[in-house]
Amino acid sequence: MTFRLGGVEFTSRLILGTGGAANLHVLEEAIHASGTELVTLALRRVDTAPGMGGGLLDLLDRCGVRLLPNTAGCYTAVEAVKVARLARDAFDTDWIKLEVIGDERTLLPDGVELLRAAEELVADGFTVLPYTSDDPVLARRLVDVGCAGVMPAGAPIGSGLGISNPHHIRLIRQTVEVPVILDAGIGTASEAALAMELGCDAVMLASAVTRAADPVAMATAMRYAVQAGRLAAGAGRIPRRHHALASTPDEGRPEL
Amino acid sequence: MARADVAVVGAGPIGLAVAWRCAARGLRVTVHDPAPGSGASAVAAGMLAPVAEAYFGERELTGLLVESAARWPAFAAELTEASGVELGYRTEGTLLVGLTADDLAEARRLWAYQQEIGLPVTPLRPSQLRDREPALAPRVRGGALAATDHQVDPRLLVPALRTAAERAGAVLVPGPVGTLSDLDAAVTVVAAGCGAAALTGLPIRPVKGQVLRLRAPGGAAPGFRHVIRGYADGEQVYLVPRSGGEVVVGATVEERRDTDVSAGAVLRLLRAAVDLVPELAEYDLVETAAGLRPGTPDNAPILGELPGRPGVLVAAGHHRHGIVLTPVTADLIADLVTTGRPDPLLAPFRPDRFTSPPGTGATGAPAASGSAASAVAGSGSAASGAAVPGWAASGAVAPRAAAPRAAAPRAAAPRAVASGAAAGGAGGDAAAVAGGDDVTVRTGEEDPWN
Repeated sequence: MTFRLGGVEFTSRLILGTGGAANLHVLEEAIHASGTELVTLALRRVDTAPGMGGGLLDLLDRCGVRLLPNTAGCYTAVEAVKVARLARDAFDTDWIKLEVIGDERTLLPDGVELLRAAEELVADGFTVLPYTSDDPVLARRLVDVGCAGVMPAGAPIGSGLGISNPHHIRLIRQTVEVPVILDAGIGTASEAALAMELGCDAVMLASAVTRAADPVAMATAMRYAVQAGRLAAGAGRIPRRHHALASTPDEGRPEL
Repeated sequence: MARADVAVVGAGPIGLAVAWRCAARGLRVTVHDPAPGSGASAVAAGMLAPVAEAYFGERELTGLLVESAARWPAFAAELTEASGVELGYRTEGTLLVGLTADDLAEARRLWAYQQEIGLPVTPLRPSQLRDREPALAPRVRGGALAATDHQVDPRLLVPALRTAAERAGAVLVPGPVGTLSDLDAAVTVVAAGCGAAALTGLPIRPVKGQVLRLRAPGGAAPGFRHVIRGYADGEQVYLVPRSGGEVVVGATVEERRDTDVSAGAVLRLLRAAVDLVPELAEYDLVETAAGLRPGTPDNAPILGELPGRPGVLVAAGHHRHGIVLTPVTADLIADLVTTGRPDPLLAPFRPDRFTSPPGTGATGAPAASGSAASAVAGSGSAASGAAVPGWAASGAVAPRAAAPRAAAPRAAAPRAVASGAAAGGAGGDAAAVAGGDDVTVRTGEEDPWN
C-alpha cells in the first residue's frame, strides 16, 4: 500500500539522509539498495552552482529520487526560514524538512522556534515537515499551523540509541491525522521495524546507513525492516502472557 | 625543443613526480601548468597515514596507501639527494585519540577494523599515552599509536620535486592547457587534480577542505612531536607539528568548490584542537585557508589509460591522499609510459571503472588489462594529438544547468511493498513481500529472503 505525503504517493516508506557518507559510490549503491524514493540533504552541505559534475546532486539525480531539502544547522526560526527559502530556489521544490536545533550537544529541536518557523513557512506556501521532539502536544500544535506531517525524534541525531520513548511515538500517531515519520536515533534494523510497529507511516534515517561498516547491507536491512514492521503493525500480534501456551493441542494424542 | 616524449598536465606533486621519474629515465618531458603547486598540495597537511586513513569498504585504496607509504623513506632520500631540499619527513608516528567516551568508542571501532585487516595500531594505556605526549589534555579518554603513519611538509615537497624534475631535464611550460589535443607529445599524462575533470570527462569533483596553521610562540618548536588525530565531541581533527614551529590543524570535508574560509569552520577546528592540546590556545593563528581535493566517487585515485584515447594516461583524483600516493603514482605511471603495460597494482584504479552506473551490478570489475598505453620506447608514431572524437564529446562533463532541479518522484512502476498491511487493514499476505517485490538489490545477488 502506498504512502501519501504532501499530495505525493510513495511506494517506499523509508526516507534516507545523505549526511555522514564517506564514499559517494557506496552511498549511491546504498540508496539503490534501500529502495527509497525520497532523500533529504542539507542546503549547506552542497554546492548548487552549475558545473559540479560527479557530485552529490548528480548522484541523486541519477538515482531518480525526490529531494527533500532540510535546514540542518539552523538555531533560530529566522535563520531556518531564510535557509528554507534559499533551498526552494536552489532545488525548485517547496518541500522542506524543517530543523531548528535548540542545543548543540544533543541537537534536539527547539520547539518554540520550530513552531514559529513552521507557521511562517506554511503561510509562504511550503510543504513543511518539521523535525520535532517526541512530544505529542507539540506535534499537535505543528499540525495546527499546517504542517504536512511530523517527524518526531526517536533519540538524538546520530546517537543510534533507537526509540527512547515508544509510548510517546504511539501517542503522537494517535494524536495527529497527518503522516508521522520517525526521524533520528535509529541505529539498526530492529529499531526501524519497531517504529513501524508503533504505527509510524515512514522512517527517516541517515547515520545508521551512512556510518555502518557496510552501508549497502544496512540499507538493505532497513528496507526489509520497514516492510516487516509495517506488516506486523497490521497483522494483529498476540497478547503478551506471563506463562506458556502450548501451540500444539492435546487432542489426538496416541494412548501409550 | 623537439617534440616531447611525455607531456604532463599539472605541476602539483603528482605531475612533478611523474615528470621527474620519466625525465630520469631519459625521456623528453614537458610539464604544463599556469600556476605550479597551487592546487590541493598548497594547503595539504602532508600526513602519510595509510593506517589512520583506512576505512570500511576501501580495502583496495588502503592497499595502495600502504604500498606508497612503504616507498616513502627511499623516495624522500632520493628526492633530497636529487634536489638538495630537506622535505621535513618525520617518523615519530601518529597518535589516534578520543576526547570523550563517545569519541573513544568511535575511534576504537575503527582501530578494531584497522587491526582486523592487519594494520599496525597499538592501543596505549593512559600513562603510555601521556608519556608519549604530555601536552595532551587530561580530558582525553584514551588513544592508540599508529607508529608507521609518518608526515612530510608538502610546501617543501613541491619545490623539491620541481627542482629534481628540472635538473633531470623536464621543462616547465607555464600556461593553461585548453584541450589535450593542443599538446604535441607521444604520451600525455593528465595529473591536473580537479582540473582533470574538464580535460577527461572523468567524475572528479572538488571536495573543499579548510585548514589552519598555528605557530608556537617565540619561535619554539611545537609542544608535541607526534601527529595527533582524533575525535573531539564528534569533530574529527588532526594536528601536525612541524619542526619550524608550525602546527597544521585540519580539516573540513565539504561538497563545495569555493575556497572561502568560514567562521564556523575555524571555530570548530580550533575548539577541537584546543580540546585535545590545550596549549594551542597560546599559539599564533597565522593562516586560514581552504583547498579543493580532487574527489572521486569511490575516494580512490584514477590511474591508467583513458578509455578510447591511446596515449593519454590519467594520474588524478587522489582526493585526500595525493601526498602519500605521490611515490607509487610516479613509479607506476612512469613504468606505464615506458613499458606500455600497466602494473597489476593499477588494476583497481583504472579510469574505465566508472563507466557503468552503480546499482546495475556491472561496476567495479575492471576487465583484464587490454590495450596498454603506447610505449614511448620504440614507437615514435603514437598519435596522441589525434583526439578520438567519440570519447571526449560524450564523456565531457556537461555543466549542470543553472536551472533548478526538477524533483521527480521515482518511476511509476509500482513495487509491491507490504501490500494490504495498513494499520487497520486485513492481514496482508507476507509472501507478497518476499515474492513479488523487486527486492534484489544488486544484480546477481540472491534475495536473502528467498
